[in-house]
Amino acid sequence: MSLEVQHVSKTFGNYQALRDVNLKIEDGELITLLGPSGSGKTTLLRIMAGLEEPDRNPDTKILFHGEDVATQGVGERQVGFVFQHYALFRHMSVLENVAFGLKVRPRAERPSKSEIHERAMKLLKLVQLDGFAGRYPVQLSGGQRQRVALARALAIEPKVLLLDEPFGALDAKVRQGLRDWLRRLHDEIHVTTVLVTHDQEEALEVADRVVVMNKATVEQVGSPEEVFHHPSSEFVMDFLGRTNVFHARIANGQAWLNDMPLEMPAGMSGKTNAAHIYVRPHELDIERIASGQPALPASVARINPAGAIAKIGLVGTDGAEIQVDLPLERFETLRLKLGETVYVSPRKMRVFAPEPEYAI
Amino acid sequence: MHAPTKRIAAASTQPQRRALREPLWVRVLIRIASLSFLGIFLLLPLVTVFYEALREGFGAYLASFRDAAAWSAIKLTLLAAGISLPLNLVFGLAAAWAIAKFEFWGKNFLITLIDLPFAISPVISGLVFVLLFGAQGWLGPWMSAHDFKVIFAVPGIVLATVFVTFPFVARELIPLMQEQGTEEEQAALSLGANGWQTFWYVTLPNVRWALLYGVILSNARAMGEFGAVAVVSGSIRGKTNTIPLHVEVLYNEYHFVAAFAVASLLALLALVTLVIKTLLERKIQQQMANSTSDFDAEVSNVAVKSPVNAAVPAPHVSLAVWTRGFDFESAVPT
Ligand SMILES: Nc1ncnc2c1ncn2[C@@H]1O[C@H](COP(=O)(O)OP(=O)(O)O)[C@@H](O)[C@H]1O
Ligand SMILES: [Mg+2]
Repeated sequence: MSLEVQHVSKTFGNYQALRDVNLKIEDGELITLLGPSGSGKTTLLRIMAGLEEPDRNPDTKILFHGEDVATQGVGERQVGFVFQHYALFRHMSVLENVAFGLKVRPRAERPSKSEIHERAMKLLKLVQLDGFAGRYPVQLSGGQRQRVALARALAIEPKVLLLDEPFGALDAKVRQGLRDWLRRLHDEIHVTTVLVTHDQEEALEVADRVVVMNKATVEQVGSPEEVFHHPSSEFVMDFLGRTNVFHARIANGQAWLNDMPLEMPAGMSGKTNAAHIYVRPHELDIERIASGQPALPASVARINPAGAIAKIGLVGTDGAEIQVDLPLERFETLRLKLGETVYVSPRKMRVFAPEPEYAI
Repeated sequence: MHAPTKRIAAASTQPQRRALREPLWVRVLIRIASLSFLGIFLLLPLVTVFYEALREGFGAYLASFRDAAAWSAIKLTLLAAGISLPLNLVFGLAAAWAIAKFEFWGKNFLITLIDLPFAISPVISGLVFVLLFGAQGWLGPWMSAHDFKVIFAVPGIVLATVFVTFPFVARELIPLMQEQGTEEEQAALSLGANGWQTFWYVTLPNVRWALLYGVILSNARAMGEFGAVAVVSGSIRGKTNTIPLHVEVLYNEYHFVAAFAVASLLALLALVTLVIKTLLERKIQQQMANSTSDFDAEVSNVAVKSPVNAAVPAPHVSLAVWTRGFDFESAVPT
């Protein structure tokens, strides 16, 4: 089922948690809401679920499959909501937790006792916890609780699945495992899913599309590839992965990075006289000898080859740090030494006019 | 092979432990002082009650209860407690629920109101009822016109008992409910439960031990209340005397054995209350520990250690809750 929010705003007291958010999620899609803490992700998710009411506004709409559900309560919307801290019923066993949504149905729609049991067990099998039916939430690890919460939400056959930082409280290894598992599960059952996270790696890895949020608004919506490689703003560029920022001057239609002339990107207005240039660490190359090509001199301050790539820390002539990721083969042929001067050149870069508040 | 390391470890902790210790004579003195204080002020009166009650033998002890006035006092006490407990249970639960789970205007005022019976002297609260319902009181003329008696009658005693015992249940529940937050209720609602189902299946089971605890304390106070009841009862023998009032009457009439025999009922009640209270405190601590247990990140396919409660550090929970501040911010989801 598709899910759409139009012109949603939310204020708490005099704090604006969401500002005119518009978003459409297609049927069967897995979307991640990505943004720093406090950007309004949870609030948006809760509004979708009906746990929170958006500010009153005639233009505000929350559409499930094209139908406005604004007047429906959380129970009527039939959403599977997984809370950040799971919110399992502490006095119920795992099985009772999963069966709860079926047990509380009105008599006419309630399956028989044996059928409820059967369906709950089936779901526990789906989340690979069928051996834990009799346990209580305190007797489970974080990852297991997470899966119980998921099974419980799935029990009501939700039209949409809303997950609030589902792996936030887990350690890296469990996170990775559950993330892959969730993606496979989604490919299997195809329920429209919105997953909130502040972890960019998780967002990019698991999602069909990523919604980047910042300061109560949606900053960019796109496929993981789009938001990573074609960020629409400095914020998105900065938030998704490590990056180097250079401050460039613009004079007479020509951009300069120190003494290195740069091509003026299309769309840059000639009015500004400064620009921010973003280059990801893997988009920089290092030469030991000046090749005549435009390059920035820098000295080698740190070398860390432990990993799939070698991470090199350089210090530019202006004292700013430059991070470079080199493929290991390249690193080995270069044979860098600490303290030596090298020449850095970007293979790819993104230029942003600084936002007015940063303008000098 | 392991011995040397062991010895080193032991040696390194020794000085620390010794540094935390007071000299022997100080420790002994402190222990003697506190034990004798407890003995004189708590144990001695308790022992005295039973000693005096049984002074003339068990037969005389039992004979004290054959008196019709004693029976009437016992029945009246049971009646007053029997009425005030359900009322306290329902209203205490409702008040705690509203305060802990919702934000509303006038919340602080409601909390102050709940504390009122603790804050004012029981005698004064009794007097307030006399002023309201007494013959010379505000509602007195209307009530005598309708032939309905509150003061110097059973309704007054029930009213006074309800008033002085009201805070126990609510005060017991509020901190626990606040600690537990509203996420489980939200989860229940999102799963399609209605308000009543959410309350019955989620909210209530989560506080059941604390609720029982509040009821037990409330009961002890209801049966033992003297001041407020004394003012409204008028001590009409065989009619408006509760157990504590009856004890006083007997004592003033020099029926010492009977007085102490009846008093021993209250002492027994106190002992039973203490035992139940201790058991419940343990249950509640467990529940609190569950609600605040951090989410141990563990590789999910590794077998889980059990029993888990042992691994969860139990936060120190003081059940003398009425001294505890309220933290409303913690109830706000972020
Ligand atoms: N119930 C609430 N009352 C007051 N402020 C709130 C409430 N819920 C959220 N906020 C505020 O709204 C902002 C956005 O919160 P949230 O949606 O939880 O952000 P995120 O999930 O992206 O971290 C935060 O600054 C938070 O303090
Ligand atoms: Mg959040």
